[in-house]
Amino acid sequence: MSASTQTNGSASAPTNRAPLVAACLLGALLLGAMLAPALAPFAVDALDLANRRASPSSRHWFGTDELGRDVMTRVLFGARVSLAIGLVSALVSAAIGAAVGATAGYAGRVVDDILMRITDAMLAIPRLPLLMITAAVLQPSVPVLVLLVGLAGWMETARVVRAEVLSLAARDFVAAARAMGASPFRVVLRHVLPGVIPAAAVATTLAVGRGILLESALSFFGVGVQPPTASWGNMLYQAQTTMTSEPWLAIFPGAMIFLTVLACNAVGDAIGAARG
Amino acid sequence: MIRFVVRRLVQSVPLLLVISLLIFALIHAAPGGPLSTYLENPNVRPEDIERLRKAMGLDRPLGMQYLSWLWAFVRGDWGFSYADGRPVLDRLVERIPATLELIGVACVMALIAALPAGILAAVNRRFDRVSSIFAVAGISLPVFWFGLLLQLVFAGALGWLPSSGRASFDGGDFVDRVAHLILPATVLAAALSAAWSRYLRRAMRDTVARPFIRAARSRGLSERTLLLHHALPNALPTFVTVVLLDISMMASGAVVTESIFAWPGIGSLFTEALGKRDYAVLMAFLMCGSVAVMVLNLVADLAVHTLDPRTRDAA
Repeated sequence: MSASTQTNGSASAPTNRAPLVAACLLGALLLGAMLAPALAPFAVDALDLANRRASPSSRHWFGTDELGRDVMTRVLFGARVSLAIGLVSALVSAAIGAAVGATAGYAGRVVDDILMRITDAMLAIPRLPLLMITAAVLQPSVPVLVLLVGLAGWMETARVVRAEVLSLAARDFVAAARAMGASPFRVVLRHVLPGVIPAAAVATTLAVGRGILLESALSFFGVGVQPPTASWGNMLYQAQTTMTSEPWLAIFPGAMIFLTVLACNAVGDAIGAARG
Repeated sequence: MIRFVVRRLVQSVPLLLVISLLIFALIHAAPGGPLSTYLENPNVRPEDIERLRKAMGLDRPLGMQYLSWLWAFVRGDWGFSYADGRPVLDRLVERIPATLELIGVACVMALIAALPAGILAAVNRRFDRVSSIFAVAGISLPVFWFGLLLQLVFAGALGWLPSSGRASFDGGDFVDRVAHLILPATVLAAALSAAWSRYLRRAMRDTVARPFIRAARSRGLSERTLLLHHALPNALPTFVTVVLLDISMMASGAVVTESIFAWPGIGSLFTEALGKRDYAVLMAFLMCGSVAVMVLNLVADLAVHTLDPRTRDAA
């Protein structure tokens, strides 16, 4: 699948404000997550035992859970975990993907063959089941979980970066740099990689959304972020059993996952379309 | 053609070896290994565990275990489920029809939605705006949340459809089976149709911008003929490739959907096995999933081969 074959111009109308809205939404989410302790109406583990399983009201906007904890507070604090996992895992993916892609694209021959075979193999193994097994086996803490999600998502970036490096490496300015005696390492780092950044940025933005989805899916199956730490996925996991009687426990965390991933994808698409 | 298939099959052998090595290493990195379920059971004595370990060959060096597992796997001996002692192959095979039924229906639903949507979005600005929103939303929708919502509304509040399973207890007639299929198939189809309409829109757009379309238009062909008889056949190879690759990726999408709706397919077998740390089943699932991806990759190449006459000489 050759990326960036989209026709230039007229692809996205100049009046299209959706990406801007999405970017603002992401900014607001990030801000909300960072300021969670100040914004949240209640303390994160405050129990209101008189108001357990309360439906949404003016006091508890998103209702309360089985321990009387305020769902809105937990959603806000869950945003910290979910967003952090999405962002950091995407950076991990980007770093590994760029390293593998650049090495394969620039070194070529046997190295390229081996690295791309490994990439193919990783792409062929069903991603979510593989992650679920790994998480069940390792019972990871949040930092390890970030690493795992990142390790599961570098293949797309690696392919994109490799393709870009292949086309850039054939250009005259790279030949010039090499002729001036620059080492392969320096050529890649200073001359080739900067040109790869736009393509890698698209892949990374999309990886943020995918990372959040993967984390929430893992937590939804009980092998991701463990309670009492709130993440959107494990809130959904806990909500599942009492969903018919207390639907608000499932609706709000899921809506947050949806909105966040939607915003990431909209921004990623917009960057991709702008590159043409 | 046959040489092409054979060459691809030979090429896939080292790939499968790498995958099997990865999967094997992962599962044996587990603390307690396949016997971890017994470690916490107070009724199982340590000497029993030791005996089991010997009997199952888990005390041999890892390399030996891998080789004997691989050799058995190639011969179709996939071992026994640690959970209920039945052959892994039997457990997988009995679940296949349900999964195929679900994926098949979902794919048909997704194609019915995606084909017209993708074509129309490529040529009509206003429709493109609306369908883009739906498409990005569909791609971003967390499968498990969407499934829960549908259950909440259509099975809970409205009570129109059954919330889980493949049929009612008495086996169910045709109508009953269709009723059970609707919700899980919709969940799977939503994400697929969103992605597919985007692919098709893009492929159609790229094609419509090419000179031969302009030439055909200047010859006075109707827009309809132009789109369906000139542009679509050219856009189809790329589209078919991504569709087939997506279907192979459904191994994971189906895991979530099947377990939410208690659909008795391979996906829910996987989640059951995961809960019981049934490594023999998990390993077989991952291997089958990877093989499915590679086979569909090959099918995709062959499909492009037949759909696009230009590639025939190249291969």
